[in-house]
Amino acid sequence: MDAKDILGLPKNSFPPQEKKSRPPKESQRKPDGISREVYALTGGLAPLMPAVDSSQLKRRPPPDEKVAWQWLGFTSSARKDNLHLYHWVRVVNGVPPTGDYSFAKYNKSVDITRYTDEEYEKYLTDPRWTKEETDQLFDLCEQFDLRFIVIADRFPSSRTLEELKDRYYSVSRALLIARNPSSVDIAAHPLVKEPYNISRDVERKRAMSLVLSQTRQQEQRDEEVLAEAKRITQSRIPAKVSQESEMAVAPNAGVEVTERTIPGDTVSPPPSNAQHPLIPVPPPLSTENASTLASLRILRVYLRTYALEQMLQAASSTAGLRTIKRVEQTLQDLGVNLKPRVPTKAVCAEHLELRKEILTLLNLQKQLQYKEAEGLPFREGSFTETPGTPKDRTFVPDSSFGVERTGKRDQKRKAPGRLSEAPSSPAQSKRPRKLKASDF
Amino acid sequence: MSQPLPLKRQGEHHPDDGASPIKPSRLKIALSSEDSDKKNANKRLKDVEICVPIVYGTTAFYLGRKASESQSHKWTVYVRGASNEDLGAVIKRVVFQLHPSFNNPTRVVESPPFELSECGWGEFEIAITLHFHSDVCDKQLDLYHHLKLYPEEESGPQSTKKPVVVESYDEIVFPEPSEGFLARVQNHPAVVVPRLPAGLNLPSPVPIETGNGKERGDTKDHPLTQWFLNFSEADELLKLAAARQQVQAHIVKLRRQLSLVEGMPQLSKPPSTYES
Repeated sequence: MDAKDILGLPKNSFPPQEKKSRPPKESQRKPDGISREVYALTGGLAPLMPAVDSSQLKRRPPPDEKVAWQWLGFTSSARKDNLHLYHWVRVVNGVPPTGDYSFAKYNKSVDITRYTDEEYEKYLTDPRWTKEETDQLFDLCEQFDLRFIVIADRFPSSRTLEELKDRYYSVSRALLIARNPSSVDIAAHPLVKEPYNISRDVERKRAMSLVLSQTRQQEQRDEEVLAEAKRITQSRIPAKVSQESEMAVAPNAGVEVTERTIPGDTVSPPPSNAQHPLIPVPPPLSTENASTLASLRILRVYLRTYALEQMLQAASSTAGLRTIKRVEQTLQDLGVNLKPRVPTKAVCAEHLELRKEILTLLNLQKQLQYKEAEGLPFREGSFTETPGTPKDRTFVPDSSFGVERTGKRDQKRKAPGRLSEAPSSPAQSKRPRKLKASDF
Repeated sequence: MSQPLPLKRQGEHHPDDGASPIKPSRLKIALSSEDSDKKNANKRLKDVEICVPIVYGTTAFYLGRKASESQSHKWTVYVRGASNEDLGAVIKRVVFQLHPSFNNPTRVVESPPFELSECGWGEFEIAITLHFHSDVCDKQLDLYHHLKLYPEEESGPQSTKKPVVVESYDEIVFPEPSEGFLARVQNHPAVVVPRLPAGLNLPSPVPIETGNGKERGDTKDHPLTQWFLNFSEADELLKLAAARQQVQAHIVKLRRQLSLVEGMPQLSKPPSTYES
């Protein structure tokens, strides 16, 4: 209100605006009875079904009721043995509550239709099952509520779970049909409409276990096949695109095209080393090698140099541009061509392995650098540049976690860029240097 | 204006058509009828990779006194087997796409040796398209090569005797060859076939039609042979092996250092850690 005074707005306009804005905002107000934070847990919106009748929460018991608690006996209709147990009961005005034990309603069981001996003789005989076995099966089914895994375990003679299911369901089905021969209603009964198919069930479980127990190799093969399929569909789309456009095709690609491409300005040397866009770069997966191989296999023919490039791209897909440059620098330092001059199968394989090893090397160097940087602030030399406050020293006897944090703080105070070790002696300098041939 | 192709040695028939003699120990000839052979011929082998090592490039001679403004060099572009073997068993024809300033810039060479000679003054990129026989692959393969006429060092007048040679080595890989193709080239010198799985029943090979049955398709005695570069994988392998050894040794060293640094307690003796 003071703000309005300051702004000089008329005060009268406020109430009518309030009324208008209230109805749309009604739904967004939280209901009373529960705290704001609790309400926010539901996502800030009222649930479709009110889970908690909030008006009940703050209700007090009516004052004319007298409540006492008594230790009384009870029986449950769920039990058949007349067991008498005792529990605390809330007695209101001297009248104990009536009715069955409140949890008896949860004692549900499955409806198992039992047959008479006559019916068995007439409809239910089966060469593979004796009557005795069938009786046992039905007893167990009733006892264990159609939990076939338990039933199979308890069944005296050895029968597979599927056989038991088959017998039970076919007996029930035959019984149902026999008892209602002319009724159309049971045609919609699930037992009749979709009978248990034992062979299909066995097959399904076998296939499931196969899938779950696939070895890594098989998984890779499957992924290869999927990658192949994906690549086929993907390559079909850009094939259509390339039909319409004229492009200056890059020089290094040994990839086949389906139609002739017209070379652009060919007097000057080819500018880029980009891959032909027809074949997409394989996605960086853990099965990157597999999918690269799969995509190569689809091509039907390819150049060894092209294959090497694809594998290199896949292998260094996780590495950044700077890392790749460092790898190439290392290769040059070692006197190895960035692209092999004689790219035979063996040479390409060695080259790939070498690159991977160099990547490992660089990672290790980085790790070492980090580890050393952790301990760096405690060096005498560093204190001359950034005098450590007494606070730093008190952290030393603390847990190592505190040490690390101090380290980081110190690093920030130093000059930006790499940790400067200007006054350090050569022996102390553990800065990773570029590999030189003389290093070895 | 195109010059006639360099002279070929006539007379000596080089038996390099597709039907190479089959060693009975390696191949069980299918006793089934021709029909099933034809069916089998198209079957693809998944675990066999056929590789054809090739070298492609250009050789350019300065014409010296005979040079004119528009024709200062005579050059030849070619695709040859890496060991100068005949590629005709694999490649049906090669199409060289020249700079548009040439007459009929699309030059097709129907039989080995797959080469083309021309006269000109400019350097440009030549697109080389390899077309394979129908039982080999129905897709074509593209190569690109930059024609180089002028040598690296500007050391005085160019020699007419020594050409400027730029060659590239590569290998054509057929990852899933058909059985017919495999049967045909199993023992061909230009083709590298790995050890075949035991018990493989290949159909009897069907020789392909070669246009020039008389003339030799290899480049072993070619006029330009003396200028061909040598591509030895042994050198490269050696260098790579040496490099890998170095890297591995360095990795071991770093791992040792890393474990030392990790094992070293940070708090107890910070100064001494870095004095050694």
